[in-house]
Amino acid sequence: MNDDVVGPARDRSFVQRYLHLDMPLLVLLALVAAGGLVVLYSAFNGDFEAWERQCWRLGVAFFVMLVLAQVPPSLLRRWTPLLYLAGVASLLAVMLFGTSAGGARRWIDLGVMMVQPSEFMKLALPMMVAWVLAREDVPPRVPVILVVVAVIGVPVGLIAVQPDLGTALLVAAAGVFALFLGGLSWRYIAGGAVLAGAAAPLLWFFGMRDYQRQRVLTFLDPERDPLGAGYHIIQSKIAIGSGGVYGKGWMAGTQSHLEFLPERHTDFIFAVLSEEFGFFGVCVLLVLYMAVVGRGLWIAGHAQDRYSRLLAGSISLTFFVYFFTNIGMVSGLLPVVGLPLPLVSFGGTSMVTLMAGFGILMSIQTHRRLWSS
Amino acid sequence: MSGTPHRTDSTRGSGRWRLVAVAGVLGLLAFVLVARAVEIQVVERAFLEGQGHARHVRVNTVPAHRGMITDRFGEPLAISSPVDSVWADPSALLPAVDRLDELARPLGLDPAKLRRRLEAEAQRGREFVYIRRHIPPALGEQVMDLRIPGVSLRREYQRFYPTGEVSGHVLGFTDIDDRGQTGLERAYDSWLSGQSGAKRVMRDRLGRVIEDIEQLREPEPGKDLALSLDRRLQYIAYRSLKSTVQRFQARSGSIVVLDARSGEVLAMASQPGFNPNDRSQLRGPLYRNRAVTDVVEPGSTMKPFAVAAALETGKFEPGTPINADPGWMMVGGNTVQDVHNYGAIDVATVLQKSSNVGVTKIALSLERGRIWRMVDAAGFGRSTASGYPGEAGGHLAPVPPDSHFERATLAFGYGLSATPLQIAHAYTAFANDGRMPMISFLRGGSQEPAKRVMSEKTADSVLHMLEGVVTPEGTAERADISGYRVAGKTGTSKQAVAGGYSDDDYLALFAGIVPASDPRFVCVVVVREPKGDSYYGGTVSAPVFREVMSQALRLYNIPPDEDGGLGPLMIAGGRGHD
Repeated sequence: MNDDVVGPARDRSFVQRYLHLDMPLLVLLALVAAGGLVVLYSAFNGDFEAWERQCWRLGVAFFVMLVLAQVPPSLLRRWTPLLYLAGVASLLAVMLFGTSAGGARRWIDLGVMMVQPSEFMKLALPMMVAWVLAREDVPPRVPVILVVVAVIGVPVGLIAVQPDLGTALLVAAAGVFALFLGGLSWRYIAGGAVLAGAAAPLLWFFGMRDYQRQRVLTFLDPERDPLGAGYHIIQSKIAIGSGGVYGKGWMAGTQSHLEFLPERHTDFIFAVLSEEFGFFGVCVLLVLYMAVVGRGLWIAGHAQDRYSRLLAGSISLTFFVYFFTNIGMVSGLLPVVGLPLPLVSFGGTSMVTLMAGFGILMSIQTHRRLWSS
Repeated sequence: MSGTPHRTDSTRGSGRWRLVAVAGVLGLLAFVLVARAVEIQVVERAFLEGQGHARHVRVNTVPAHRGMITDRFGEPLAISSPVDSVWADPSALLPAVDRLDELARPLGLDPAKLRRRLEAEAQRGREFVYIRRHIPPALGEQVMDLRIPGVSLRREYQRFYPTGEVSGHVLGFTDIDDRGQTGLERAYDSWLSGQSGAKRVMRDRLGRVIEDIEQLREPEPGKDLALSLDRRLQYIAYRSLKSTVQRFQARSGSIVVLDARSGEVLAMASQPGFNPNDRSQLRGPLYRNRAVTDVVEPGSTMKPFAVAAALETGKFEPGTPINADPGWMMVGGNTVQDVHNYGAIDVATVLQKSSNVGVTKIALSLERGRIWRMVDAAGFGRSTASGYPGEAGGHLAPVPPDSHFERATLAFGYGLSATPLQIAHAYTAFANDGRMPMISFLRGGSQEPAKRVMSEKTADSVLHMLEGVVTPEGTAERADISGYRVAGKTGTSKQAVAGGYSDDDYLALFAGIVPASDPRFVCVVVVREPKGDSYYGGTVSAPVFREVMSQALRLYNIPPDEDGGLGPLMIAGGRGHD
């Protein structure tokens, strides 16, 4: 008998009981992914082969989600420290033996496949933070906080030096969210904010590479280099603006189809969507995204143990950071950070991680013990 | 049941509260995104859309098809065929500099040179640089298939001249932009070239035209132009002149054939020639249409005008006796000389033998200005107003000369200059009962009426006397065409060189009219500096006249007008003879 299912199961459907899938989340994710494929098809402009490849990747990602949904949170929790340490070790390995591509060292070549440990860390880190905090009292005391800061700081530092600012940001966010949801006292939060503000100039002068500084400057004033670094932002704003309220229609976006829009199937696909489906399409996407986050937070709120709740909350909030950063970047609100639009952009690795996270969310939701009251 | 209930409860409460706070913050942030979308897609939309158009919408010119030039029977002499020109935006092409090799190879260009040129143009801020112009459309397609950034094609038209060198001079040529540069291509450029159109097109980032958005202005194709030239006659004239120039190793030569009645130019050729299809031949000395741009001293071909002036006074008739003895005379300290001592002759014989002494005596017996006025009326000293670009007007003293010697030299064709076309034009007066029609290069001739320069009686009388030149007794026996009455006049003048006249460089002229009974053609042949002992108009130029005119008479089915001699031939031709 399944230990997890106790009491009457009248409000549980077949998929929830046996496949451990959360229907609302599944439907929302499927809608986003389907919409993403539609937009991507247009961005590929007839390159059916690449589009088909993305379909397969989506299939793989959903399968990973399905697999992780079967893993009970308790099991996950038991393995958390080991997974985290493996992650840190592989990040070190990347630093030592990693494969360079495009000026960054992000991959390990395992012979059979290339793995990107920083992706793995997106999930392992919040798990570890949740694992630490779940064992302690609320609010966490200073030593615990320091431990958590170290737990976050080490992998984030390792990722930042690869360098991969976007992923470092996401991983850090995932850890910080877990810490925040873990009941961090408001005093420390305020203190952290002040510290971050003070660290910003230091980061600027010592922590950032030239091209990263360039990006920030370009963000502040895209026109200062319209043909170089500012080109992306100017072009994407033009594409978004050209969409207007109702958009130019599917496959009819000129900026993207005439190849004026750079990175149009990857990081800047939001501009394609905005041009072809207009403000209307943007709203639909945001509503779907927010619904996904909302469902994630609902699951976190109804989680039955702290570990699950912190992890679920962190995963949901990280997802928010994901799309918020991408849309903010593409629309010129934030500096250019190499982050894809979740579930829409072309690319496999980050999508698999993302869906694995949703698999964990579903597991947390569907492995709940029902109160038989 | 799991963990300690107390801790779970307390953390649940606090955690929930935090989740609500978080949800609120997230909602706010999402609102920021929506607000941003409104800002870009609603508020700034028009501006951004304009920026977008500035990037991909361009107005391209659509070249108009240049009109065809045909001869009088509609045979093509100049036609435009579509070609492609490869151009590039250096700022888009230079980043892909590693592909220049690929681009240069099929176009037959040197990649290193191309690169230097592109870099130089890029520095000047050019966005449009021709890579290679006028290539066959198939090659253009091949180049575009390379998909090299910044490289585009432009449709253009290239002029092709089916007759090549044969009518190269008259037609002239167009430049690489298909604008008429010389000759009739230039004279009728606006008629031929039409109006290029414009269209708004959509271009992608590489500058390739993706789609035509709208036609702003239809290109108005140029109109066809029917010339007065007869392609067959043109060919005959060209061939005959060329072989003569080669045979006599002459420096240059020209031939003009006019329709005697309408003044239309039926054929016009010059040597050395050039092929307008071959741009490497476009050098001034080659492409100059000498028949209208080069002036010569007409020499003895002017004598008929002196005689005409004399007949107009009524004091002279063809039979009026003139004493040319002893074959030379002194005029104002200069010697005027004949080749032989012709003794006591009449006016007709003065022309027949081309006696300088005879014509001098006639000239000096006339009142001052008589001959000058005749020459002036015949169009010397000013261009024929044919509209041909660069047409020379020749030189004639602006007022009648005073000195006896100058009055004499004017009568035998020195001290003035004219183009071969002018001489031919002047001869239409004899062919046309004393009237000169306007010169025209267009089919149908000029609308302006012919201008009378001498009486019908004088013209007919001179014409008849000129028939005497083309006889065994005259100077142009070799211009004779059997079966036809030919009128003509030879001229052999010394070339004017700096400071006087050359002793061994001659100009061999012949001006003739056929058939004399009812003139249809006027033909002038000028050969400059023929080498060898035979340099006379009658031996060098007259045979060209005969060859060309006998073919013209045949082509135009003109019945023979000479009595006797050709009876049997006429019967063989199946025609009656009367």
